[in-house]
Amino acid sequence: MATYSTRYDKYLRLDKYPLIWCPGCGDGIILKSILRAVDKLGYQKDNIVMVSGIGCSSRTPGYVDFNTLHTTHGRALAFATGVKLAKPELKVIVITGDGDATAIGGNHFIHAARRNIDLTVILYNNFIYGMTGGQVSPTTPSGRFASTAAFGNLEPTFNISGLAQAAGASFVARSSVTQVRMLDKYIEMAMQKKGFSVVEVMTPCPTAFGRRNRMGTGLALMEWLKENTISQAKAATMSEDELNGKIVTGILVDREKPEYTEQYLKLIERVQANEKERAHS
Amino acid sequence: MKKQAQVMTGNESCALGAIAAGCRFFAGYPITPSSEIAEILSVDLPKVGGKYIQMEDEIAAMGAIIGASLVGVKAMTATSGPGFSLKQENIGYACIAEIPCVVVNVMRGGPSTGLPTLPSQMDVMQARWGTHGDHPIIALVPNSVRETFDLTVRAFNLSETYRTPVIILLDEILAHVNEKVHLPDPSELKIVNRTLAATHPEKYLPYENVESDIPPFISFGEGYRFHVTGLCHDQTGFPTNYSVEIDRQLRRLNRKIDRYKDHIIEVEQFLMDDAEVGVFAYGSVARSAKRAVLMARERGVKAGLLRPLVIWPFPEKQVEAFGKKVAKIVVAEMNLGQIAHEVEWAANRKGEVHKVNRIDGEPIHPDQILEAIL
Repeated sequence: MATYSTRYDKYLRLDKYPLIWCPGCGDGIILKSILRAVDKLGYQKDNIVMVSGIGCSSRTPGYVDFNTLHTTHGRALAFATGVKLAKPELKVIVITGDGDATAIGGNHFIHAARRNIDLTVILYNNFIYGMTGGQVSPTTPSGRFASTAAFGNLEPTFNISGLAQAAGASFVARSSVTQVRMLDKYIEMAMQKKGFSVVEVMTPCPTAFGRRNRMGTGLALMEWLKENTISQAKAATMSEDELNGKIVTGILVDREKPEYTEQYLKLIERVQANEKERAHS
Repeated sequence: MKKQAQVMTGNESCALGAIAAGCRFFAGYPITPSSEIAEILSVDLPKVGGKYIQMEDEIAAMGAIIGASLVGVKAMTATSGPGFSLKQENIGYACIAEIPCVVVNVMRGGPSTGLPTLPSQMDVMQARWGTHGDHPIIALVPNSVRETFDLTVRAFNLSETYRTPVIILLDEILAHVNEKVHLPDPSELKIVNRTLAATHPEKYLPYENVESDIPPFISFGEGYRFHVTGLCHDQTGFPTNYSVEIDRQLRRLNRKIDRYKDHIIEVEQFLMDDAEVGVFAYGSVARSAKRAVLMARERGVKAGLLRPLVIWPFPEKQVEAFGKKVAKIVVAEMNLGQIAHEVEWAANRKGEVHKVNRIDGEPIHPDQILEAIL
């Protein structure tokens, strides 16, 4: 087995260290999980395009030695759709966050899922806009505080995985940085799935979310995540009231559906065959 | 084999020009009066192995073509007024990340939803400054169905040569008018393609400060793993806050179009040799202007026309010479004088520039221009 260092170093742009992420942030745990999956599945660095939007999560591509594309806020999936459809042989991984994917990028998120285009989306859900200083996001729990929700958040939250499932994704799983083995497994499964796949990962933001809500350090937030994370089997036995504020992890959907770029290549074959026939007759 | 004459619209010749130029990816969103470009390419692209996708909005369509171009496939989008506004965000991205692509904007009346089915030239300034920040841009203004084909091919060539987005400004008249055209054989066309390899991948700097100001652009997936961002970056492509690097890169970015403007700018001079009254007009309005010039000559007034085929970068030198030559300048355009101000500034002389403007969705008639000439 490869040593710790060689296993990760081969994929990292170590000259770009230190990471932009704060002490106690969970994003590095997700980055390592992604690299373990890439390594295990044997993907070639030249064939991976990692696309991101804007925010803390979206800084991930800067640290990895792939073809990396840091786009505009919310638009990662639009750029990634162009990359994948133009060159379906490339492996396209999209890194995004709760605000990036479901507020400003919500439209792209549901339509990429509906098309079922072969993209692997790793969505870091930290319940807040971290990079811009702790503004309320579509996943900030109701009643929690943010720099733009000083009197408590009035809005209900988005169930991101539920949204992806309803919109048509082939594979959807929710995990947390406190469940690393499960996270590794889900990311591997998502990468291998032909179709639109989403892994929503709950991750602590001590600087912008924890501090404003007096929830303590990164470690305390990890404990909070742990306490509130339950399996789907357990969730099935609980009432709606009991489920309030809980994070249900597990594979929400894993299904076979026609994938968009494959369908498009078949369309080209069909159109070109028709053209040939017409030229002969 | 000599090609048959065909009858087609500007939207059709634009779509055919794109395919002839090597465009193999189109992403769009339906909007009048540009939709036929998308409709035609949705049928014709798969025939040549290309891809067409209707995205969820204009922002996504612009993002998708940048993604496609980045992996080495020539890409285009087409839109109109309100859709052009939405594309501005990612047009800025294509500018700073230096990704070649072509954006067609069929101008209709504005602001906002405005006049969806009627022509205007109200987006010439949006084409120049629609996206935020100091950036260079190239915008082309054809005036006929055939010229739309030629300039669409040229748009792709310019975008690859200068690593930049190129805008084609049509208007509703050109988009929908039917004209007889003889399109050139593909073998007669000059097509510019991207470099496939530069230096060794380890040494490749995607934003190198090269003497030409245009660093070679290698597509993703060719073994040159690099980083692309909309943040200000250094030669490596990675974000920087170092003021010296920011200044160097942004100045190079703007200079790369400015220093080559003599190669980019193209104008037509019509009866300008002995002209005493000069008309400046572009796009479909130039057709009326040409007629007005001939009508003026029939009445004994020596009129001439200066017609840009490239509106950005602006043909300053040509307008300056034009201003020195004629006693009177007339600028005709379907807006309230967006380009008249540029002409006034570039001509740099005393005396008013006579403006002929129309913003009611009706074309400018030759009589209106003639009146201003006489």
